[in-house]
This record gives sequence, C-alpha cells and structure tokens, in this order.
Amino acid sequence: MKFGILRFPGTCDERDAAGAVGRLDGVEAEILPHHDRDLRGVDAVIVPGGFSYGDYLRTGAIARFAPVMESVTEFAAAGGIVLGICNGFQILCEAGLLPGALLPNPSLRFLFRQVRLSVVDPECAFTNACPLTLSVPVKHTTGRYYSPDPVDVVFKYAPGENPNGSQDDIAGVRNAAGNVLGLMPHPEHAVDPLCGGSADGLTIFASIAAHLRASASTPATPAG
Amino acid sequence: MATHTELGLSDHEYALILAGLGREPGPVELAMLSLMWSEHCAYKHSRRLLGRLPTDGPHVLVGPGENAGAVDVGGGLAVAFKVESHNHPSAVEPFQGAATGVGGILRDVFALGARPIALLDSLRFGEIADSARSRYLLERAVAGIGHYGNSIGVPTVGGEIYFEAEYEQNCLINVMAVGLAPHERLTSSAAVGVSNSLVLLGALTGRDGIGGASVLASAELSGGEDAKRPTVQIGDPFAEKKLLECCLELLDLGLLASLQDLGAAGLTSAASEMAAKGGVGIDIDVASVPLRETDMEPFEIMVSESQERMLCVVEPARVAAVLEVCERWEVLATPIGQVTEPAGGVGAFRVLRHGRVVGELPVSLLVDDCPRYDLAPEAPPRGLYPAPARRLDPSASAGETLLALLACANLASRAPVFTQYDPVVGSRTVRRPAEGDSAVLVLDNGAAIAVAIDGNGRRVAVNPRAGAAEAVYECAANLACAGAEPLGLTNCLNFGNPEKPHVAWQLAEAVDGLAGACETLGVPVVGGNVSLYNESPDGPILPTPVVGMVGLLPDPERAGRTGFLQAGDVIALAGRFHPSRDGSEIAKLHGLAPEGELPTKDLGGLAATHALIRDGVRSGVFHSAHDIAEGGIATALAECVLAGGVGAEVTLPDGLDPFGEDLGTAFIVSGPAAQLSGRDGLAVLGTVGRERLVIAGLLELDLSELTAAHVGSLAVALGEGVGPG
Repeated sequence: MKFGILRFPGTCDERDAAGAVGRLDGVEAEILPHHDRDLRGVDAVIVPGGFSYGDYLRTGAIARFAPVMESVTEFAAAGGIVLGICNGFQILCEAGLLPGALLPNPSLRFLFRQVRLSVVDPECAFTNACPLTLSVPVKHTTGRYYSPDPVDVVFKYAPGENPNGSQDDIAGVRNAAGNVLGLMPHPEHAVDPLCGGSADGLTIFASIAAHLRASASTPATPAG
Repeated sequence: MATHTELGLSDHEYALILAGLGREPGPVELAMLSLMWSEHCAYKHSRRLLGRLPTDGPHVLVGPGENAGAVDVGGGLAVAFKVESHNHPSAVEPFQGAATGVGGILRDVFALGARPIALLDSLRFGEIADSARSRYLLERAVAGIGHYGNSIGVPTVGGEIYFEAEYEQNCLINVMAVGLAPHERLTSSAAVGVSNSLVLLGALTGRDGIGGASVLASAELSGGEDAKRPTVQIGDPFAEKKLLECCLELLDLGLLASLQDLGAAGLTSAASEMAAKGGVGIDIDVASVPLRETDMEPFEIMVSESQERMLCVVEPARVAAVLEVCERWEVLATPIGQVTEPAGGVGAFRVLRHGRVVGELPVSLLVDDCPRYDLAPEAPPRGLYPAPARRLDPSASAGETLLALLACANLASRAPVFTQYDPVVGSRTVRRPAEGDSAVLVLDNGAAIAVAIDGNGRRVAVNPRAGAAEAVYECAANLACAGAEPLGLTNCLNFGNPEKPHVAWQLAEAVDGLAGACETLGVPVVGGNVSLYNESPDGPILPTPVVGMVGLLPDPERAGRTGFLQAGDVIALAGRFHPSRDGSEIAKLHGLAPEGELPTKDLGGLAATHALIRDGVRSGVFHSAHDIAEGGIATALAECVLAGGVGAEVTLPDGLDPFGEDLGTAFIVSGPAAQLSGRDGLAVLGTVGRERLVIAGLLELDLSELTAAHVGSLAVALGEGVGPG
C-alpha cells in the first residue's frame, strides 16, 4: 500500500508525514511534487502542513492551483482517500474539496500547543482505529475553523482545549462522501512517544490503512 | 561620491588603502573596501583576541573560518552549528531584524551542506516592566523569529531571554542554527578551478541593506535610528525555503565546487572570501546580476544585502544541470562571473559592467590587509553600571522572595514566547522547550545531540573573566543534565565600543575567561561571531558573551528531564556549591548594582560533577537533573517542581544561602532512594511528593502558588493568548 505525500514549494511537514505512515506495516510513502499531475498509483493522498507559497496571499490560495491538485480533485471525486493536515486542510478548503474556511487565530499569533482531541465520528475511514481521545500538537496562525453551513465533524478539541476559537470546537471535518478529511492538529507529530508526547496520531494513519484494506477485500458493489 | 569618512573608514585606514593600491580607489572600490574593512566583516578589534580560543578537538571537522563549524557525531554524520547576532537591525526594526537574523544564520549552516534541524535564540531587552519600547521590541522580535523559523520549517527548540536596563536602547538578538549533514556533503566556500563559473542563486538584488555592515553593525546607535530603517533587510522565508532545498539537492548531486551565503556586504564579501580561501581571482559582471530595481549603480549591486541569495562555483560542464535543478525549485540562477588565475600569487577581484572593468582590487587588500587593532584595555576603577530599581524589600520572607524570583522577568515562564515557535517540525525533537535543561534532537544514527545556549551579562559585568567562564560551565551543565558530553562550542561576543578602554578590558578579560573554561572542559570553539559597538548615549550594554554548545548522548530514550517525575524519589544536591549574591538575581531584586566578586570554582571538582550527572542520566539512575542557576537552589527546586507538576520536601545543608548563585557547578537530581542514597558526590536533601514545595525552616508553598507566580511577567508583557493556558 502506498500513500502519496504532496509537496508544494514551502511545504514543511512532508518528511514528517512520510515518516509517520512509514511506521505502519505494509505502507510506504512517496513524495508527489506539486508540478507533476501523475499521482503514481498511490492508494491515499496526504496534503501535509507548512507554508505553501509562503502563505503570502491567503493560506492555501495558490497551492490549490498547482498541477497536482487537478489530479487530487479527480482522485477525491472517484472516492480516493485524501487527508489534509493544517496547511493541507487550508488547501483542501480553498480547492472546494471541504466545506468552510480557516481564519486567523484571534490572537493573530502563531500558536504551538499539545491539545486533546475528541473523536466525534469514530467509525469513519480516518478514525476506525482511533481511541476516543487523542493527544496531538497544533501549530498554526490561521486555524480558526468557520463554516456558515452545518458540516460533518470528525474531530473536536476536547472541552476547554480549543486553542484558536474554532466554531463549535471543530478540529477536523470531512466531506459528505466521507473520503476527504481536513485536520488542523498534526497527527504526524504524534507517532512516537520519544518525540511526540504521544503516539496517538499514528492511529489516524492506521485507520486509513485499515479502511483501504477492508475496501480492497470487499467485493466492489455494482455501479448504480 | 561618498567620502571614506562617511563610509566609516578612518584617515589612517584610507592612507593604508592608498598605499596598498598605489592610487585613489574608484567609487565601486571604495564602497567594497569600506565594507570589507568594517568591524563587522574584518573583526579588526577582536581578531587578535580570538586567537586565544582553543579550536582543536578530536571531533572537529570544520573549525573557525568557514560559514559554520562542524563536529563529528558518528555514523558518518556531521553536525554544523553557529551563533550569530543581528542586534542593531533589530533595534531599528525588530520584526525584520530578527527574522533576517534567523535567515542569515540558516544560510551559514546550509552553505556548509547541512540541513538545518534546529534553531535557538539568545535575546536581551530592557526592563519590560518599565519600558513600552522594550515590550514592543520583545513582541516584534519574537514574532519575527517565529515568522521566519516556522515558515521555513526549522524547529525552534530552545533559547534564553534576559531583561536588563542596559539593553534598553540596544537589544540583542543572537540566533544559533544547528544542521545535519553526511560527512561527504560538507562543502567548503573556497573558490576553486580557474575558469569555473560563478553562479548567483536566489532572490533579486535590490537596494535593501546597503551599508548595513558598516553603518548599522559597526557603529554605536546614536538616536535618529528611524532614518536607518532602509538599511534593514526584508526577509522572505519562502524564498529561502526553496533556496535551501535547491542547494541541498545541488550538493547531493555533486554539482557544486563550492558554496557560500551572501550576508553582510553581499556579493563583495561572499566573492572575496571565496577567492581568498581558494587563492584565486574572481570576475563579476554586475550587468548579469538580476536586479529588483533597474537603475542600480555597480557599487550598489556589489554591496547590496538583499536576503536569500547564495553564490556557488560550478564547473562549466555542469552549469546547465545546475540551472535545470534551480528551475525545478523555482529558484533564480544566473552565471555572473568566473574564477580567474591569480597573477604572481595574488588574485584580483574585478568588477565589470557589460565587460568593461569598473573596479579592480587585489583580493588580499580586501580580505587580509585591513589593520588589526590591539585593544587598549583598562580596568574600570569601579563598576560601570548603575544600581537597578529595588523591586523587593530585603526583609521579605523566604517564601515571598521565592515567589518574587519566579515571577521576575528573568525567571518567569518562557511559555508565552515558546508557544509562538514550532518546536517539532522535522520529527527530531526529544525534549521541547522547558522539558529539559537542553534541547535534545534524535539523529538518523540512533544517537542524539543536546544543544543549549547560555549567557549572563550581569555576572560578566561583575567579573568579565569569571563571568564568561561561568557561561561555558553553565552551558556544559545544561548538556550534562540531558546526559550529553560536549563536542564543540560556538560563541557570540556582544560588547560595547572596543575603542573605549573599559569595554576593551571587558572584552579581553571575557575572551580569556572563555578560553580558560574551554580548556578546562576540553571543548573546542568551532566558530562564532563578534558584535561590537553595542552602546547608546546611555552607555554600553552589559558585556554579553553568549555560548552555544552541542553535545552527544548515545540513547535519546534516556535523555534527561528537568521536572521531578515520581513521588517517593529522593532529591539530592550534586557539586561543590559555593553560592554568593554578587551579580545574582536576588541582588538585582534588592536593587544592588552588578559589582563585587563571583565564587571561585573548583575546576577539577566541576568537571567531575558534570561527569557524575551525565553518567547518572545516561544510566537512568537519575529521573531528573537540573542545574542550579539564577535564583539559587530554592529557585532550582521550584523549577523542578513546576516542570514535573509534583511537589518536594527538602532540608538544605546548614548555612547554604537558598538564593545565592554559583552557576554551572551544582545540580538538583532525583531518583530511586535505593540508588541515590549513599552514592558518592550526592547529598540527599529530601523527597519528591505532594503538591507543595517545603524547604524546612524556610518556606512552604503550594504548587498552585508557585505556578501562579511563575506564569508571571512575560505573559503580562506579551498579553494572554486565547484559550486555556
């Protein structure tokens, strides 16, 4: 099984994301550069964190136009699993693959903090192997989630832990079809107790792998 | 055309230029010479002193003279590191000054072929309790450091901040970068290969930062600094991120013969130093340099300090491949000149415009012939610095005193600053800020490095020689607490105007102190930086040598931590600890000037204590280890309680001053009673447990009281972040 990790100019967490999924048995990671439309047959796509194009215009606003995003949009439309983390979440919102938007933190400052997350939707493709609460760091300046419409929430900041004023404590949302998830906290920085404070984040990647294995072993349902 | 005096050259220096050149320099030449002969580039008041520092050691791969130093960490890996100042630009424009300070030191590290894996900062400001300007400088400098470091994806893993009135007009922004490289990727900046191409990489060249090294960095701040804002560069971390990735790929592919970053004095400094190291000449055609503004004069192009640029030497056959890689990374790459044959052993630096020579100088005149001045040191008859305002009544109880210390700006929680930095990107961070006395980063060979940065201007003001040595001992003590053995040291010497005898004395004494301490511990100096003229009409800054150190520990799983871990553990004091109050934090709170004497160290005992701590941490016997630093043993105990979230009950040895200081010599450790009791070199003080700190006969404070005090003044100065703390 192969996870593709996108890399735009200014992406920072692609090695961390590749290292995280590489900890799973039978999963390898491949970096997918922004200028290449070829997704190289990957089974899932991760849009990692960082500051694509410097975030100088608006977070994610330029990256969504990169050639690789055309292929990611097609991949998602065909039901492919896509996980956007932090800047990746912002890019997926800009690309219209997820509802809502990320606004600047009320402090207008970058914030790093280890937070507890509650899993709101424990059965989905991204959480089937997760415990009910996870300890994962956040690190961003633009992480206040906002949506004028109801959304499918997958992760919330645990009570009292909302670091950025996100609406309804929302930390992660999925699309209606359930195959695209955006997450402000960084599960790839919580995969090894040595460095991460916890290894809880690994369960999100393990959930994706389990979901893909289950889908592969289930006979395809006839169209229609 | 500007005169030599306007450009910062003395009449004597100009006479030397006339003699060396045999003619009047042209405008391009004079601009180049004025920068290369500035204090910032030529170290003309410090180079002779720096020769006293020991630079050899078994682990040294790259010593002083290259863009950064490097030490061997085993497994074919090298760690490159250096600390550098960006003080005057930050005093003028703190956000961009601090941001470009980060950008500049990162380029130094990746110029060597190392991928930056960590940043640490050493910051000094005026008293934030009294000064809106200092609160502004703190807030904007921290934001600038975060802006650059976070965006480029290099974690900020540690650092230190102190506040003293002497830094009110002249803040200090020292940044240390640490990088990792396989040995074979370590790259020299020496230009080699006659007729090889010189390729400029990165940003367009603009008018920003023209004369920064001479006008800003090599003169006192004198008021009217607003007019100097245009000489501060603007940082673009996104451009540098691309440049970093591009340069590392070029080196991995073996396409570069040498690589050098462009910093102070821009192309002039980069190219002349590359030529000097390689013993060659260099031609640069300014008409080839891509410009941000089209009407720039040749001298402006040659001295522009536009950020995010690198210069490399490339064999002609490889130029096309270099340009191809750069295009993929969206990095501008332009051949702008070539390496030339030295004539009679002397390389010529020729500046051309459309093929016509507009300046030609011997490389040696630029790099080697600047006069080096002997200082005229003279010990001041009395202390140079006034007494600070009294903030605590000396009759306050021990409990009130400890709470005042924990709340004071120099000891309060640094969380309001550290939470603005990304400490984890890169997935190497084993100890985040405040978790350990050092930052700890895991390496690909399974071992780890510990990194720390230290300095205390108030103690150096008391006694420059002993205070500078203490900074080395304290930094090594922080490494010992992580379980690490020092491999190498970098330093940044921040002082006032060296032409003044008392400042010269501070500088000379401090360098001797550093040299002695490095020899005592067997730690070589692999690089550093000197920042002089840090003074304003109010006087010089406190003499502030800042020491950064890198050490190795074999097992990151056993990296030490500061906080008490487990109720029931025994708490012990290690080290020959002779605390006193001169130059201490408590003396400052009591309104006493930094004068008197620092404790005399038992150097043999000190090295043995560091080894004891290191071994105890590595073997897992010590569950926590923390050096006793500012605020004395009572503060150190409180810090262990705060970091661990668990209390302690102790009895101090008879007659020990709970708030006196003797930096770098002694430690608080904790661990299982069976292993600590009766162990040589340890004096058991008490046990870990409950949610309060009890020091028998002195004080009893709840953990909640300690926490409330420690949140303290930094949070107030920076304003509260949103959400729970």
